[in-house]
Amino acid sequence: MGDTGIGSAVTRREDYRFLTGQGKYTDDINLAHQTHAWIVRSPYAHANITGIDSSAAAAMPGVVAIYTSEDFAEVGGVPCGWEVTQKDGTPMNEPKHPILAEGRVRHVGDPVVLVIAETRDQARNAAEAIVVDYEELPAQIDMQAALADGATAIHDDVGSNLCFDWELGDQDATDAAFANAHHVAKLDLVNNRLVANAMEPRAAIGDYNPSSGDYTLYTTSQNPHVIRLLMGAFVLSIPEHKLRVYAPDVGGGFGSKIYHYAEEAMVTWAAGQLKRPVKWTAERSESFMSDAHGRDHVTHVELAMDENGTFLGLKCNTLANMGAYLSTFAPCVPTYLHATLLAGQYTTPAIHCEVKAVFTNTVPVDAYRGAGRPEATYLLERVVDVAAKEMNIDPAELRRRNFIQPDQFPYDTPVALTYDTGNYEVTLDQALAAADYAGFQARKDEAASRGKLRGIGIASYIEACGIAPSNVVGALGARAGLYEAATIRVNPTGSVTVLTGSHSHGQGHETTFSQVVSDMLGIDYDSIEIVHGDTDKVPFGMGTYGSRSIAVGGSAIYRSVEKIIAKAKKIAAHLLEADVADIEFENGEFKVKGTDKSTGFGDVALTAYVPHNYPLEELEPGLEETSFYDPANFTYPAGTYICEVEIDPETGVVDLVSFHASDDFGNVINPMIVEGQVHGGLAQGIGQALLENCVYDDQGQLLSGSYMDYCMPRADDLPSFSVDTTVTACTHNPLGVKGCGEAGAIGSPPAVINAIVNALSDYNVRHIDMPATPMKVWQAMSAGQA
Amino acid sequence: MYDFTYHKPSDLNEAGQLLTNDEAKVVAGGMTLIPTLKQRLAQHSDLVDLSAIAELNGITQTDGVVRIGAMTTHSDVHHSELVRSSIPALADLAGQIGDVQVRNRGTIGGSIANADPAADYPAAVVGLGATVHTNQRDISADDFFTAMFETALGDGEIITAVSFPVPDKAGYAKFANPASRYAIVGVMVAHTQGETRVAVTGAAGSVFRASEMEQALADDFSAEAVRSIAVASDEFNSDIHASAEYRGHLVSVMAARAVMAAG
Repeated sequence: MGDTGIGSAVTRREDYRFLTGQGKYTDDINLAHQTHAWIVRSPYAHANITGIDSSAAAAMPGVVAIYTSEDFAEVGGVPCGWEVTQKDGTPMNEPKHPILAEGRVRHVGDPVVLVIAETRDQARNAAEAIVVDYEELPAQIDMQAALADGATAIHDDVGSNLCFDWELGDQDATDAAFANAHHVAKLDLVNNRLVANAMEPRAAIGDYNPSSGDYTLYTTSQNPHVIRLLMGAFVLSIPEHKLRVYAPDVGGGFGSKIYHYAEEAMVTWAAGQLKRPVKWTAERSESFMSDAHGRDHVTHVELAMDENGTFLGLKCNTLANMGAYLSTFAPCVPTYLHATLLAGQYTTPAIHCEVKAVFTNTVPVDAYRGAGRPEATYLLERVVDVAAKEMNIDPAELRRRNFIQPDQFPYDTPVALTYDTGNYEVTLDQALAAADYAGFQARKDEAASRGKLRGIGIASYIEACGIAPSNVVGALGARAGLYEAATIRVNPTGSVTVLTGSHSHGQGHETTFSQVVSDMLGIDYDSIEIVHGDTDKVPFGMGTYGSRSIAVGGSAIYRSVEKIIAKAKKIAAHLLEADVADIEFENGEFKVKGTDKSTGFGDVALTAYVPHNYPLEELEPGLEETSFYDPANFTYPAGTYICEVEIDPETGVVDLVSFHASDDFGNVINPMIVEGQVHGGLAQGIGQALLENCVYDDQGQLLSGSYMDYCMPRADDLPSFSVDTTVTACTHNPLGVKGCGEAGAIGSPPAVINAIVNALSDYNVRHIDMPATPMKVWQAMSAGQA
Repeated sequence: MYDFTYHKPSDLNEAGQLLTNDEAKVVAGGMTLIPTLKQRLAQHSDLVDLSAIAELNGITQTDGVVRIGAMTTHSDVHHSELVRSSIPALADLAGQIGDVQVRNRGTIGGSIANADPAADYPAAVVGLGATVHTNQRDISADDFFTAMFETALGDGEIITAVSFPVPDKAGYAKFANPASRYAIVGVMVAHTQGETRVAVTGAAGSVFRASEMEQALADDFSAEAVRSIAVASDEFNSDIHASAEYRGHLVSVMAARAVMAAG
């Protein structure tokens, strides 16, 4: 289909409205008679609430209502969507996550009182007049301390601060592998806590129509149907046919907008009480203390090798911070999205991973771009680098020696996954060539002549996208299916409306999905419209996260288009007075094989809706098809990233001078969008490695609660990226695609840290925790020299 | 933000009168004040915007002194041909403040009146031995900054201009906080009419002069002369970005780089 089909770098059709300020976000929506909510949040990390006096506030101008947890007595808590089963077979500890704090606050930012007024300022003024009395409790911030005997339990009904104690892999086989090892590389590391910082802060508007009993929630969500299911069924008991959830344009999610948040339930419930719309938009500082955070693992890892560097076994012990409550998918992040990835690209035959998930008095932690996979990749690619140094084997060579070979696919890992396809050596070689790995020593020498320490780092990552199939993830604890839905609605004049359960919040679905449909139907790209985000319009879909949209959502679209073509062929056969088996469809034309008889897609569409000359006895009119696609397996993108840094030994400043990414995403629909996704992922991964850090003090106060202290990567912190791809097509989805959204954030942190440690090789620095700030680098150099 | 009454006087007297109300506050560029108000961390009955007072804006040079009006933006100082030719270190410093948006709005008077311990301009004012002019008097740089966020300014006193003697040599080196772009450490060194000054911002509660470095540079104006001088860092600021010890180390490094920049 010319320059708009699969494989074309079509410019993003959504960019005109975004770049000209015409996007329509939740906060842009204003409803008649709308009220405004302000939330009184806890200033303490851990405290009992001994009194709430809102009498003065209630009398203030414009105040419509003030609600505390007592008003929500009939309302459920925020549900968790994944149940992990512990080592001993018992379910994880799952304390209630109330909509408003019930007698106790458990993190700074925990919502305590909901104030609703005619204007936002009036609500805020009233909120400031509310007096909440607190009795402070010892805050549990450090995970080790939170697990220690005698630590104050954050949830009385749990009794300790352990959420779950879980394992994956064969411990006996792993112990045996270590017993026979020539060398064991060991490493302790921290995967730093991050704040997603989507450009658009979260917002929600609840609306209720008393005449019909219908509720509408406008919200900043990556998956409106999931929110409708969770909030309707588990929190507010609103039947789904009476609840519409609409996520219009959403300004970035990175995982943080997957989850059902208490504010969504607050405004929807309050709209029902007040019979007026209730609007809430987070302040940026509120986002820092209420959006789910990411990462926050503390890990000990050991890698056993024989004398040739062949990996024999891997052991990993991780403490994973859950924060104060379980966010929607928190339990699956350090377990099934983490331990399952520990084989990486390697043939390590025995792997055992233990994970203890810990409650602390911090904001709940959940999936953030990559979700578990960056943590797995980081610990694995760091310990492989440590092993390379200790075994005196080139890091690229050590990886190469242990790669799963192309003829070994499908490959069963010892941590429950079956990789369908890949060719890791090709990707490594492409990266080594692009980065001129062989020429590094000359660049290092040149940098040394300028007084700079130059280092090079490699990371070879594996990722698992499109988490599936539903029956398997259900057995692992998921409380939802993980298919995707799509309806293709061919309109009478031949244009096409695509109703997708995927949600675009920066990914460019409106462009990519149109390319797929245009390519398959041979119709003009501009005659295709992508509709998403509204549960009243699109079929029940699971939304967008985990780089699943093209692999799962795209496949659902593909299946629906196949059904459209199959039916259209029957209509064409009738029109052309031929047997359907003789109809060929190509470039938007239906032809009778071996003849010059043909009819166009538009004629068939019109015939379907004006069925005057139509086989009504055999075929229903209309041309609209829906598919629910449930994948047979995850997809497994993989790649190798190579980073070079120069360090100023006087200050410890790390200058990231070059970065090359070679990725295998399977078939690529739009190479420009894919490259953009890689760039964004790299920026976030490099941000984690060098700049971003969410820091609490011992009392649980958030020290990095604004952009004055939380350092987001800026354009001038980053080099011009070199990005390339190799292709092994996914074997189990119709487009042969794998997904590209998270790879950059997964593969880049270890590449950066490996490069920094490499640059500091003369300073006896073995490891440096992220973010590698100038102070940390300087301290590591000073300690190494001492 | 809380409600306030907004005033935009066109002359200094009117501004001074409005400020006799102690609940009133001056707005210069507003780069600190406005975010503070938006977060409801401050409440003022009246805001007195100085942007319409023409005499507060502009850069002139007479008798070896560059006079910069209090309402002159960082961007104007950075791009001023006059400043670039007479005191390039000052133009360089102004160009390192915040980001483009801040430099286009923020003013020299607002910055020094706020006396943020991590702001850049205090290093210039003290390092270059400037004089701060107000609607009431002239204040020497060494007397102006009294403590963290505190200055010698009295109630209703408005900075009108800052005069910088043109130095023989001057250089500024800054180690920026990567998030806020404020100075973790910023050092201005200058040699002016026989006097050597080393002013350090960012490291401590307020800008200060590093006297040991000044003596060393007076004898030998070279990077090597200061590189090995360790300043006492026990009382330095310490935060998640930089410990007191690291700040101490950076003072020596930045002082040496400032000397190199001074040429």
